[in-house]
Amino acid sequence: MIEVTNITKKFGKLQVLKGISAKCEAAQCIALIGPNGCGKTTLIKNILGMVVPDSGTITVLGTDISRGWKYRSAIGYMPQIGKYPENMKIGQVIEMLMDIRRMEQKTDEDLINAFALPQLYHKRMGTLSGGTMQKVSAAIAFLFKPQILILDEPTAGLDPVASEILKEKIITEKENGKLFIITSHILSELDELVSRVIYMHDGNILFNNTIEALKADTGETKLSRAIAHFMSKN
Amino acid sequence: MGKIIKYILLDIIKNKIVIAYTIFLLAITLSVFSLEDNSQKGMLTLLNLVLFIVPLVSIIFSTIYIYNSSEYIELLISQPIQRKSIWLSIFVGLSSALTLAFLLGVGLPLLLFEQSAVSFMMTAMGVFISIIFVVLAMLASVTTRDKAKGIGITILLWIYFSLLFDGLILFLLFQFADYPLEKPMVGVSMLNPLDLGRILILLKMDISALMGYTGAIFKDFFGTKTGMALSVTVMFLWVLLPLLYSLRKFKHKDL
Amino acid sequence: MIMRFTILYSFCICFVGNAGGKILQVGRSHAFKSITAALTAAKSNDTIYVEAGVYREHNIIISKPVVLIGKGMPVLDGERKYENISIKADGVVIDGFKVINSGISSIVDYGGIKIYNRRNVVIVNNVILDCFFGIYTQYGINCVIKNNTLSAHQVQEQHSGNGIHCWKSDSMQIIGNKVSGHRDGIYFEFVTNSLIRKNSSIKNLRYGLHFMFSNNDTYSENIFENNGAGVAVMFSNHVRMFRNYFSKNWGDAAYGILLKEISDSHIEGNRFEFNTSGIYMEGASRIEVYKNSFKENGWALKIQASCMDITLRNNNFIGNTFDVGTNGSLVLNKFENNYWDKYEGYDLNKDKIGDIPYRPVSMYSMVIEKNPPAMMLFHSLITTLLDKSEKVIPSLTPADLVDKHPLMKALSL
Repeated sequence: MIEVTNITKKFGKLQVLKGISAKCEAAQCIALIGPNGCGKTTLIKNILGMVVPDSGTITVLGTDISRGWKYRSAIGYMPQIGKYPENMKIGQVIEMLMDIRRMEQKTDEDLINAFALPQLYHKRMGTLSGGTMQKVSAAIAFLFKPQILILDEPTAGLDPVASEILKEKIITEKENGKLFIITSHILSELDELVSRVIYMHDGNILFNNTIEALKADTGETKLSRAIAHFMSKN
Repeated sequence: MGKIIKYILLDIIKNKIVIAYTIFLLAITLSVFSLEDNSQKGMLTLLNLVLFIVPLVSIIFSTIYIYNSSEYIELLISQPIQRKSIWLSIFVGLSSALTLAFLLGVGLPLLLFEQSAVSFMMTAMGVFISIIFVVLAMLASVTTRDKAKGIGITILLWIYFSLLFDGLILFLLFQFADYPLEKPMVGVSMLNPLDLGRILILLKMDISALMGYTGAIFKDFFGTKTGMALSVTVMFLWVLLPLLYSLRKFKHKDL
Repeated sequence: MIMRFTILYSFCICFVGNAGGKILQVGRSHAFKSITAALTAAKSNDTIYVEAGVYREHNIIISKPVVLIGKGMPVLDGERKYENISIKADGVVIDGFKVINSGISSIVDYGGIKIYNRRNVVIVNNVILDCFFGIYTQYGINCVIKNNTLSAHQVQEQHSGNGIHCWKSDSMQIIGNKVSGHRDGIYFEFVTNSLIRKNSSIKNLRYGLHFMFSNNDTYSENIFENNGAGVAVMFSNHVRMFRNYFSKNWGDAAYGILLKEISDSHIEGNRFEFNTSGIYMEGASRIEVYKNSFKENGWALKIQASCMDITLRNNNFIGNTFDVGTNGSLVLNKFENNYWDKYEGYDLNKDKIGDIPYRPVSMYSMVIEKNPPAMMLFHSLITTLLDKSEKVIPSLTPADLVDKHPLMKALSL
């Protein structure tokens, strides 16, 4: 579904991506992990078209993203720190997005209801706590039933109940054949979700394989331990 | 794109600054017409308004608005929307809000009080200047990420167009005082939309009689259909060129 | 006083003349069907009454001192070919006629009424429409032209004549006439000891009053408005201008008054409003400009460096774009006790005179004098700033062009 070939990106003097190539297929749940500043978010932003790569190509669902923008309707994105117009209310943001994308298929409002967002519709985005903001971001990401979901630190600010709701949603949607790319530092959370791991370090992909292969390689049963093992080897 | 424009316009109107600006303009216009017994003098006050206040408010408000809506822009960019339509929507939203403010504050009362060529020209130039300075703001804010730096650039641009450019002209006029510079000055005036606007308005006012030979040269040129068409074209270019350049930059901007 | 006496004197002449003569009547129901016939029959000092009607008698030549009075404005039509009335006798009176459509020529100066080398002629209460020259006097002495209305619709300077035209005349009185639509409203060339009073000269193509080589004349209480180039007073001396109103003489080269090579003259109590330049002086000397009001002109005054001994005292300068313009740094003129609305000084000792001097020449007006294309920066921010900074530290404006004792309050003029 997503194919990234030889992506490089420089911010000023800093080479953030040093020739990344990867392939992601449907019905996978990919954990994109690595230390802070390794280029995870930049890679995601490249795929989303928010950052334009210096070289290399990205195709989503078979189309080169540098030549289009419609592919983004196939992607739901939940940012690490949601940024929303401060003066808008939650209801207005959701309403606006639905208005702008009205021509599209029916919406998936499971998470909106599960997080009980309608009760908070009158609250201004500027006044929200980090957790509530994350709930809004998650709900928006799933709203238009995208085939690809990119979740950047999805559970970082969520309370355990919300976190659990989100995880269950991920599992059901994965079974519906959707592709998930999730970045997280809390590896224990990913254990039950992830089918594949991409490990990035300093702008390169060091590891890209199924979770079974990783566990077999390292001889560990838990993802977090397997990664720790892997990191210490390098 | 229409929907995005709608949301941007709603957002700007909610901002209240544009409403305050409209009321401010209207207050000045009305007081000018009720206090000044001589409409010529009133027109000169409005000329200053069009040449200094309108571009300053347009450029600063637009810059701050664009920086403040960076979250909004990011939200939209992650949606299946073309960057071009986001940027153009911002352009349409800002310029129509500021143009509307100018028309309600100055243009309409002016045309109601005095239906003359001066009023018409003043209104047209005010609209052009509002839009041009919105575009310059967009150019400034797309070049730098830093809000403070962006506003700094914006103020510099305003000072350049309303003061430094004319200072430069004055300097050149004295450096090359031995040459007949009246005709080249017609061309030079097109390099600054504020100068072009000011001259076009002054030529419609009786006051051009004071401008002597230089005024006559300008009148000869701008009085013709070709001259008028050319100056309108130049005004459009002042909107179009910076807009296209900023659009190009925005398309490749990392967010 | 002298003027009043001469008016009285000239009226005496005509009434004395009347007393001696017969009365002849012209009109459909009278013995004389035409004015020419009556004139042939008339003797000196007769009075001819002309009934209302249209008279087309080509050129009426008056060669006897008679009084010609129109009753109900009889029309004398020159059919665009003839000079309507030619006066070739002293003491003729023309009163109450409507003189229209004189001939137009580029060789002969046809007049609606023309005085040829005569004295004591009186032309009163006539309406003169669409004539080439309205009332033309050559070598006239002590003639009175009073309460006439002259209007024409001339469009081109070259093919148009003046309203009241006096050439090589003396002791003329031009009083209470209304002139419009001619080339020059009133034209004086080599005319001395004359009076121009209470006339209005409006919307003439060139000058409202054109005045050359004419000394010892007075003009007062006239209105000069909306003329192509205002009023020109040139190559004359001892001219007195009192309480005239110069307004709306607006155009590229228009002036309230253009003073060129004028000396020993007196300008007092005049009002200059909405003119491109209120007064433009060139080569003028020994002129007193006193108690005038300059309001809302482009330039209130333009004094070229060729002027000397001009004294400006007790004038009001209000709302002018530029107060004074000059082209040099040499200043031999005196500014004293004027009121300038742009003055920003103070008066600590409360003597109603500002404590710091006022410099009426702005930096920008000097700049454009030296560098005319700089006019393209008219009303721009930089010129305003230049003027402000020049006020603080004068550098370019002439140091001596200064009113050391400006008034704090406008005079009531």
